[in-house]
Amino acid sequence: MKHLRPLNKKAQQIDELISSTEEDVVALQQAPRPHVPMGCSLAFSPGWEVDAGGGTAGLCQPVERDIYDCYVTCFWPVQVPDHVNYSPDWASNCAVATKDWRSLDIVFP
Amino acid sequence: MTSMMTHSYRRGELHAFEAVGHDFMYLVSAGAVFALDDAASGVLSRLDDREMSHPDLIQALVEGGYSNIDAEELVRELRLVQGIVPSDVVKAPPPPGPPKDFPLQALVLNITNQCNLACTYCYEFGADKIATPQGKPKYMTLDTAKASVDFLLKEAAGRKGVHITFFGGETLMNFRLLQEVVGYATAKGDAQGCKVGFSLTTNATLLTDEIIAFLSENAIGVTVSMDGPPDLQNKRRVYKSGKGSYEVIEPRLRKLIAGHKTRAITARVTLTDGVTDVIRIFRHLKEDLGFHEVGFAPVTDAGKRDYSLDEDGMVSVLDQFHELADEWLEYALRGKMHGFSNVSETIGELIQGTNKSHPCGAGIGLLGVSPSGDLSPCHRFTDADTHSLGTIATGVDHNKRDDFLSKGHVGAKYECQTCWARPLCAGGCHHEAFVRYGDTGHANLHYCDWIRTWTDTCLKIYGAVSALNPAFLERFAERKALS
Repeated sequence: MKHLRPLNKKAQQIDELISSTEEDVVALQQAPRPHVPMGCSLAFSPGWEVDAGGGTAGLCQPVERDIYDCYVTCFWPVQVPDHVNYSPDWASNCAVATKDWRSLDIVFP
Repeated sequence: MTSMMTHSYRRGELHAFEAVGHDFMYLVSAGAVFALDDAASGVLSRLDDREMSHPDLIQALVEGGYSNIDAEELVRELRLVQGIVPSDVVKAPPPPGPPKDFPLQALVLNITNQCNLACTYCYEFGADKIATPQGKPKYMTLDTAKASVDFLLKEAAGRKGVHITFFGGETLMNFRLLQEVVGYATAKGDAQGCKVGFSLTTNATLLTDEIIAFLSENAIGVTVSMDGPPDLQNKRRVYKSGKGSYEVIEPRLRKLIAGHKTRAITARVTLTDGVTDVIRIFRHLKEDLGFHEVGFAPVTDAGKRDYSLDEDGMVSVLDQFHELADEWLEYALRGKMHGFSNVSETIGELIQGTNKSHPCGAGIGLLGVSPSGDLSPCHRFTDADTHSLGTIATGVDHNKRDDFLSKGHVGAKYECQTCWARPLCAGGCHHEAFVRYGDTGHANLHYCDWIRTWTDTCLKIYGAVSALNPAFLERFAERKALS
């Protein structure tokens, strides 16, 4: 902090807490640059999107690819099973998503 | 995004103070002390008596010469530490009481309720006594003492160190037991990997060479209750015959202070009507007798006793406290310990940023044990049936303890809610409150102005030392941790 100087242990704790939250979330423009985030936005995969015609046929990658981007690289447990913790084998019966997607089952956490 | 910044700011709950030309703030909700630069104290001044919206505050700062980014940063810092708060923020509810399994840290063993003196203001035997010792043992037995040590070590679960304070009556009337307890507790603690520290309070009349050697060998801290030079000591610290005790204790004290080198020797002075000569008492105890530390407290009474301190007495006491406080600061700036405990204790708490839920550890980490093995919140409630919290044999009565602690919580004391000094005071001594108001959970309102003035003085000392000799505070913090 620039304008306040902590003078006792409690004040130091507050200062440390504030500093730690400041470093928690870092925007792309923020130092240290370049800041490289992890996940789908880096890989330029299409998200849960539609093509110009309102369907999924014209996307640059098959829509099923999203499943793996979220499942393996992104750890987005709300929308797909959690590869890191609970469902490491969820996609083991699905060698090629465009053909085998029917063997992906619902999971119950 | 801009709609997030439309709220107004007001000053957070804080006490602003100045020392050696610098501005500081003491944050009440945390017990934190921050030094402020001119810009930060300028914002607090602007919000002294009114609220300002975020855009108005930023605009005012920009007009005062700050860049927009600087102004936003300044406001953000003050907001994050809660030096300023949005006016629509809802205050968090006070935290609940301490956890039920809070490990015990200290026991005060009242190894006897007998005393060879008859000090007229005594809280245990005097006009305002609450003890009901009739029909109970007068001396603690070795069995009870050992059971108490076992109880402490068991209830301390996981602590690396615990503390036993020996108390009375006159503690040294049961010195043989004290000796045995020190041996037993040390061995038992060692076997458990728990260091047991000891201290005692005494009137010093029964000190002998043998006792002094034992206290020094075992690093037992000693607090002597005494009131000053002969004319003041002999006023109320008397034998049953009325004879004063100064002449008896003086040679013993000199031997104690010369012979006991392992711990600081402290004097604890009770201020009463006519015994208000703080500076003369301090000089005598510190310089003539050689005590390391001297602390003062006004007598506890229900008011209007012949020994009570009146308003004028309190004003005179506080004036002299300030004079000693100035000396304390001057010593601190030269890196020297002064010995006036009333400042040292408060500085020790300010270094930590103490923020008390209760005025002291009574009933939480500390319990008193009577000669019969009854548990009480502290030594001041020993042998008082109405305040018993169980027994050593049956353990803590959790219902009674919960009742005691919920009454004594600072959040339960209405008057304390608007007081900035509550992190250190928390309403003041439970026992004093009971004697004065008949309720351990009552705030000690007769001291409020006094406490605020004194806390402000100690904060200014803290600010001055942190600006001019900060290394002294670090040394002092370590020293406090060891004592």
